[in-house]
Amino acid sequence: MSTNIGADDALWVDGNALAGPLGEIMGTDLTVAELTCAGCRTTRPLAAMRVFDRAPGLVARCPGCGEVVMRVVRMAGRVLVDLRGSLVLSLPVPVA
Amino acid sequence: MALITPGFGGRRRDDANLPPGQYRTDDFPVLSAGPTPRIGLDEWELAVITETGERSTWSWAEFTALPADEPTVDIHCVTHWSKFGTRWRGVSLDTLLADVETAAEYVVAHSYGGYSTNLPLEDLLDGRAWVAYEFDGEPLVPVHGGPARLLVPHLYFWKSAKWLRALELRLDDEPGFWETAGYHNYGDPWREQRYRAD
Repeated sequence: MSTNIGADDALWVDGNALAGPLGEIMGTDLTVAELTCAGCRTTRPLAAMRVFDRAPGLVARCPGCGEVVMRVVRMAGRVLVDLRGSLVLSLPVPVA
Repeated sequence: MALITPGFGGRRRDDANLPPGQYRTDDFPVLSAGPTPRIGLDEWELAVITETGERSTWSWAEFTALPADEPTVDIHCVTHWSKFGTRWRGVSLDTLLADVETAAEYVVAHSYGGYSTNLPLEDLLDGRAWVAYEFDGEPLVPVHGGPARLLVPHLYFWKSAKWLRALELRLDDEPGFWETAGYHNYGDPWREQRYRAD
């Protein structure tokens, strides 16, 4: 797992931090999903995103252009996933 | 309803100042939805933009020459911590907006770095909000929103936008960064308005 711990900046961790909260609600490992950033149109695995988790929610940003690609907010009995910063979410089909 | 006898049960004297669901901390936790913008004072500018597009701007020198207040206030973060007696220096929104002609009822605060949050205009007036540039007698450091941040202590602290760049006055309400992602549109800590369904 990569992070910027120790840097003189807001802390981020990599997109693997999203595996727990998203897997819990969607029942699949989303870190192998790929997201296309709406800012720079680059496609990367979710695990490659930078996640700012010291915040009221999880904020995933594109490591290329820095734009927000996903926000995850957990409230009572519900998890909200805001994907307006992403153009495409692609998922591998599970092998039977 | 439980009755609590004063002096029996160790109820802290300042509990009455703690909104529901909050705990008190003496630290000043840093929360951030992205990298910390670093804005040089020579390039810093604060703008107020009305609903007709009219802009009022202040350079750092102009802004810090305005009459300033030194509020001491309690602050309440939606992540459940509250910090009592924080000391700030900043310019009241009453001062900043004194000569601005507007029919707006809403404001969107825009930050360097792209953050935004929305508030009713009336919540920024009557001595309830500042643009703060000192904390505890020192210049406001970047991780806490320096050079200058919005300070609206009667609402959850995500409304007190760090790295303030512009105040956009609007006739209609436009939800900001957290408000569009499930957080409450108004955010009153005393009514525990954390999420949009609260």
